[in-house]
Amino acid sequence: MDDALKEHMNESLKKGVRMDGRQLTEFRPITIRTGVVATAEGSCQVTCGESNMIVGVKMEVGTPYPDRPDKGTMMVNAELRPISNPEFETGPPGDEAIEVARVIDRSIRESKAIDEKGLCLVPGEKAWIVNIDICPLNHDGNLIDIGGLAAVAALRETRLPKLDEKYRPDYHEKSDERLELSCLPVPVTIVKIGENLLVDPTDDEMRVADARLTVTSLEDGTICALQKGGSAPITLEDLERMIDLAVETGKRLRALLG
Amino acid sequence: MAYTKRHDDRKPTETRPITAKAGVIPKADGSGYFKIGNTEAYAAVYGPRELHPRFMQDPKQGVLRCAYNMMPFSGQGDRVRPGTNRRSKEISMVMANALRPVVDLDAYPNAVVDVFVELPQTDAGSRCAAITAASIALADAGLKMKDMVAAVAVGEVDGLLVVDPDYKEESQEEGDVADIPVAMIPSTGEITLLQMDGKVRKEDLLAAIVQARPVFERIAEAQRQAIKRRYEEVNEEIKGPRSR
Amino acid sequence: MEGTAESVLLAHDKDVVAPGEVLAEGMEYLPSHGTYRKNEKIYANQTGLLIIEGKVLKTIPLAGVYIPKRGDTIVGKVIDILMTGWRFDTNSPYSAVLPLKDATFDYIKKGTDLTTFFDLDEYVVCRIVQVTSQNLVDVSMKGPGLRKLKDGRIIRVNAMKVPRIIGKRGSMVSMVKQATGCTLVVGQNGLVWLKGEPEQEIMAVDAIRKIEREAHVSGLTERMKMWLQEKTGKTVNSELYEEPEEGAAYERRYDRGERRDYGERGGDRGRFGDRRREYGGPRDYGRRGYGRDGDRRGGSGGDRERREFRQRESNEFPSEPATPPAGAQQPEAAAEQSHGRHDSEKSDE
Repeated sequence: MDDALKEHMNESLKKGVRMDGRQLTEFRPITIRTGVVATAEGSCQVTCGESNMIVGVKMEVGTPYPDRPDKGTMMVNAELRPISNPEFETGPPGDEAIEVARVIDRSIRESKAIDEKGLCLVPGEKAWIVNIDICPLNHDGNLIDIGGLAAVAALRETRLPKLDEKYRPDYHEKSDERLELSCLPVPVTIVKIGENLLVDPTDDEMRVADARLTVTSLEDGTICALQKGGSAPITLEDLERMIDLAVETGKRLRALLG
Repeated sequence: MAYTKRHDDRKPTETRPITAKAGVIPKADGSGYFKIGNTEAYAAVYGPRELHPRFMQDPKQGVLRCAYNMMPFSGQGDRVRPGTNRRSKEISMVMANALRPVVDLDAYPNAVVDVFVELPQTDAGSRCAAITAASIALADAGLKMKDMVAAVAVGEVDGLLVVDPDYKEESQEEGDVADIPVAMIPSTGEITLLQMDGKVRKEDLLAAIVQARPVFERIAEAQRQAIKRRYEEVNEEIKGPRSR
Repeated sequence: MEGTAESVLLAHDKDVVAPGEVLAEGMEYLPSHGTYRKNEKIYANQTGLLIIEGKVLKTIPLAGVYIPKRGDTIVGKVIDILMTGWRFDTNSPYSAVLPLKDATFDYIKKGTDLTTFFDLDEYVVCRIVQVTSQNLVDVSMKGPGLRKLKDGRIIRVNAMKVPRIIGKRGSMVSMVKQATGCTLVVGQNGLVWLKGEPEQEIMAVDAIRKIEREAHVSGLTERMKMWLQEKTGKTVNSELYEEPEEGAAYERRYDRGERRDYGERGGDRGRFGDRRREYGGPRDYGRRGYGRDGDRRGGSGGDRERREFRQRESNEFPSEPATPPAGAQQPEAAAEQSHGRHDSEKSDE
């Protein structure tokens, strides 16, 4: 049936129309709300069409890794649970959850948006750990882009808890100190169906795509993460076109962060 | 009685502000949302649908299953490690027991109704919020239910019998504290969930539940309003606000 | 609020009601589908649209899963190839089996590769011929309009809204087809197949979603007519169909649903009798989820019925694109038909 679906989509795309009526480069309507979870140090709820997810940031204090004693750490986790999609199962993260988490992780980590040295409290002994948990409530495709945007929005308004003399956090008392982000990395996933490049793919579009590429970019167009998905190859020309589209779309999304 | 006035000035039988919604998760067959103070729960119902593995099927009626889960950032302190644990398993089980008495699954032999509840933030009363949201979701999914199930915790905080104790009251160190989650079928007064942390005398336990009775009815009204609003919003879009 | 000194009605006709809601107090009012009495009060036991008929209170469900019923025409998806047939997903908790003997009028030789008939993930229109008490479902593909669906797309709708999407005597789905030029098959199980040009398909999907969303608000037919005309620029003809009061098209289906629990609807039966006289019989288009694309009747009736089927089949064979309603579509031929079996079936959608 995927072949039939693909053929159907191609017919549609020839006329510049997607199955849901969107333009090829059109993102579904997005809403972003931060500060939605009182128990998190930073949080954001994003809706994109019918997709709905909450990203929360919890700050912990731990021991730095021995090979980087003067840096804090960051950890990204995606919880793809059955509430959001009847096809998800409870249990340890599956392939999709792992890919979503790791791509968003690299997007933020490699962009150096967070100053890891700034997270160090006592070199070799104590440093902040930034935990980012991505929790979809209603899954309607494109988790990486939506999760990545929400994660950046949540991080930007994360406030560090007060610490006592033993560096233990008091979660009921937030300090005025924020997690400063030096840039805003935005992942954008592009799929290629036939000769057409589509932005913000639905699950159906992802499935029949000839190729899929997620590109995370910064304000100045620098690329800080790449993930090619799916088993179909892409050409160098495809690559350049996809990058350009991702950077341009990234700018539009970044503007929504305000 | 050291605790005579609640720290947030609430009356003993007053709950924190509540919000109830239906239809919040479009992919699900039915969904509900319930927020009480800073405790928030989303519930989604999938089903009735085919039940696998087959040995779990009941040829006489459908099976109801619940799964309660706290999001990692929803705890009052440290991050909650994701995944099921003993607490969430127990809550899932008592939740299902709390909801089963009202739902009629006779029309669905061998099928299952799955209820998934996720909590983005908690501030005491989480299992009650979960049950309340789940009840909205079941009704939203069109299941036959003789009534809603409304749940709220009652308790005793250092001598004062209260409704809807929050985290601060629960974790108070002076005096005895009893935290008693209760789920009730409001039209009959029957109790479908009852647990307790703490210790309490029998008279106080009964009195605490009796004084909360009107609260269960109010919550059930809010649950029903949530469902009606989902349809009334459409009416209003088309015809403007109702005058009657 | 109306009522006698003892009995009082607490809700209005066409209100949306939710479980546990008190609808009336006193012994004067009677419960029916979706409502029950406890002591002196009548409560709703399902989320639905309240219909008050005299003293009887019942609800039309606004949500709920499809439960397979004998006689229904559904859109099924092949999920398994068996030794002796195929298994279909019916968009319900109960899958259906199509035995070899009911797959086609042709003879299937032993050892034939069954996937040449229906392969995995393909969609078909079929009719439910049997449902056991354990909800084991048998379907048949032998009958007018029953076929494999090629091309096009499938969307899933709320099964409880199917009567609204079809409309009285197929009027609603017909308007959508006229305006968009799409071919449409609406399965009773909530799966809808449509085929047309890409923009037309999107328009049809939007229209169906709108009907789904606004099903409970009266005046839907007029609204859809205006909306379709505005969006497509085509004039839509709904005059051939007499629209009864909005609730009626909706109710019909639910009454059918109650077929299994007898004894509640003496009054309704009388109503069907009236309808039949008015419109010349239940043999209307769009019943059973079909709209213009071919009608398929549940029963075996006599020769006269069979002839009638064939005539209709040739008039509106599914592969033809939807054409605006023409004289040929009038159910005059059916006017004199009496359908013994149809006594127990819903007269119009």
